[in-house]
Amino acid sequence: MTQTDPSQTGTAARQASPVRRVCGMLWRDKPAFLAVVFLLIMVVCAVAGPHFLSDVAGSQNLRGRNAPPFSMEKGWLYLLGADSLGRPLLARIVVAARNTLMIASGAVILSMLIGTTLGLIAGYSSRRVSQVIMRLADVIMSFPSLLLAVIVLYMLPPSVFNLVIVLSITRIPVYLRTTRAEVLEIRERMFIQAAKVMGASNLRIIFRHILPVVAPTILTIATLDFAFVMLAESSLSFLGIGIQPPEITWGLMVSQGRPYLTTAWWLAFWPGLAIILTTLSLNLLSNWMRIALDPVQRWRLEKRAKTAKEARVV
Amino acid sequence: MYRLLKDRTIASFVSLVGLIVMVFFLSRLTGDPTNLFLPIDASQEMRDQFRRLHGLDQPLFNQFLNYVGDVLRLDFGDSVRRAQPALDVVLPAFLWTLQLAVITMVLVMGCAVLVGSLAAFRVGGFFDRLASFVSLIGASAPDFWIAIVVIVIFSVNLGWLPTSGTGSVAHWLLPIAVLFVRPFGLLVQVVRGSMITALSSAYVKTARAKGVKNLPLIFVHTLRNAMLPVITVMGDQAAALLNGAVVVESIFGFPGVGKLMIDSILQRDFNVVLAAIMVTAIAIFVMNLLIDIAYSLLDPRIRY
Repeated sequence: MTQTDPSQTGTAARQASPVRRVCGMLWRDKPAFLAVVFLLIMVVCAVAGPHFLSDVAGSQNLRGRNAPPFSMEKGWLYLLGADSLGRPLLARIVVAARNTLMIASGAVILSMLIGTTLGLIAGYSSRRVSQVIMRLADVIMSFPSLLLAVIVLYMLPPSVFNLVIVLSITRIPVYLRTTRAEVLEIRERMFIQAAKVMGASNLRIIFRHILPVVAPTILTIATLDFAFVMLAESSLSFLGIGIQPPEITWGLMVSQGRPYLTTAWWLAFWPGLAIILTTLSLNLLSNWMRIALDPVQRWRLEKRAKTAKEARVV
Repeated sequence: MYRLLKDRTIASFVSLVGLIVMVFFLSRLTGDPTNLFLPIDASQEMRDQFRRLHGLDQPLFNQFLNYVGDVLRLDFGDSVRRAQPALDVVLPAFLWTLQLAVITMVLVMGCAVLVGSLAAFRVGGFFDRLASFVSLIGASAPDFWIAIVVIVIFSVNLGWLPTSGTGSVAHWLLPIAVLFVRPFGLLVQVVRGSMITALSSAYVKTARAKGVKNLPLIFVHTLRNAMLPVITVMGDQAAALLNGAVVVESIFGFPGVGKLMIDSILQRDFNVVLAAIMVTAIAIFVMNLLIDIAYSLLDPRIRY
């Protein structure tokens, strides 16, 4: 357990729940805090947005074609302008958040589960099994991931589900290699030997002793990877082989706005900005997690923020 | 050195074989090419003849064996679309991409090392914050979006630069600028992190105590030791560029290997796809080898 100095921290702080402690650590890193707020807003948009706005986002209004942004005369939904069929961009971005985030999170979770499992196996089992798994990862790695996605999506109908499968396959090696490298190092440590001597089964050692040590690294990578997968999905949708209309994602919106670049820049600009802000937030969050989940560096974000700040300058 | 070469060759041979198998069967699964290359009202005889001509009438496994045999003799077959040997189509495109990748990576390397080292020298200072912010945005921005924005600004509104094609120096500026952004953002972060660690080590303090000036301290004493992780990340980024920046090449109409690959996939020109993948895979293999040699040059403790 964490040791708190009773003379310095009051009873309230000592009994602070984990949630409050995390919030406090987040509050001390302002960029990360803003990033989390932004991501939460996006998640709310993705969960609740389509409920309220999908009708508006799909309703055409040919008199408002390519309506310019920042004019309030048509109502706040047209704040960011309208697309080539007069559909309000703000509403469309909110609705598209669901597909964009769902595909990215689906792919990240799937590749994380498969990659980590294979990594644990490769790191903990015999050399031969490990070799087979690693060569498999090499094959996937040496293949340009976007191209693999293009080939597979050309065969399969580009649905949300297939997109998730394809994107997750291309990202499995990342988790696999990281997990394996960590496991190889951890399995030689004393506490694993102690567990072995005490007669713990392999499964117990892996799940109770190794996995908790590996998990923070994996989570940090997953956050970063979320941004990468989002960019990959956007590229695919942009190339026209990802999500197909009438479904929308941000990448598809950018691609739909491309023919109107000269006359209506906002069609492609806003959804692109949504992508940037989301990936930026994920990067910031990942940076914060790298420190917050590392017991050696965590003090930088804990109480006594002043000394932490001084220490950082030195 | 010899052992490194041997180990590497075996390892990449395995993954190359895996690649061939995967691409071959995946590409044959995308549908019947006769529908694509012959007119809709083509008779059955014409279809059969086309299949026989290109060996498509044989069982899939035989086709595969034939293909592997040809590849071993460096014969990648003909491009069905262009009626030329596939390699003749791929190599020029690859050279375009190679030029693009080399120029971009040299620029990225120079700028990222400069900015990252200076940022690491005063952590938390104004330049550091600025560099961190810029690199974070660079690493987060989707390249197709940057491409669109710079086209709007420099080609449409200002009319300074052409939107697509090749020919003059001006044609290269926008693709290079767009490809520059993401690797630059990533590398600045890596250089900075690595330099911060290196600058806090004992030999830097010694050098400082001996009265070494700041600039030589950064660029002569510290940088070389901080370069190893930088080169690793740079290799990944360069590999991505060599594989063809599909999106950027498509947007700018750049005749590189990425555009060729995606066009060939959409046209089901399998031989070109396979040849392109083999060529880039070999290029990446050579590059990884060079990177390993660079490791040992930078750090004499690394010996192969």
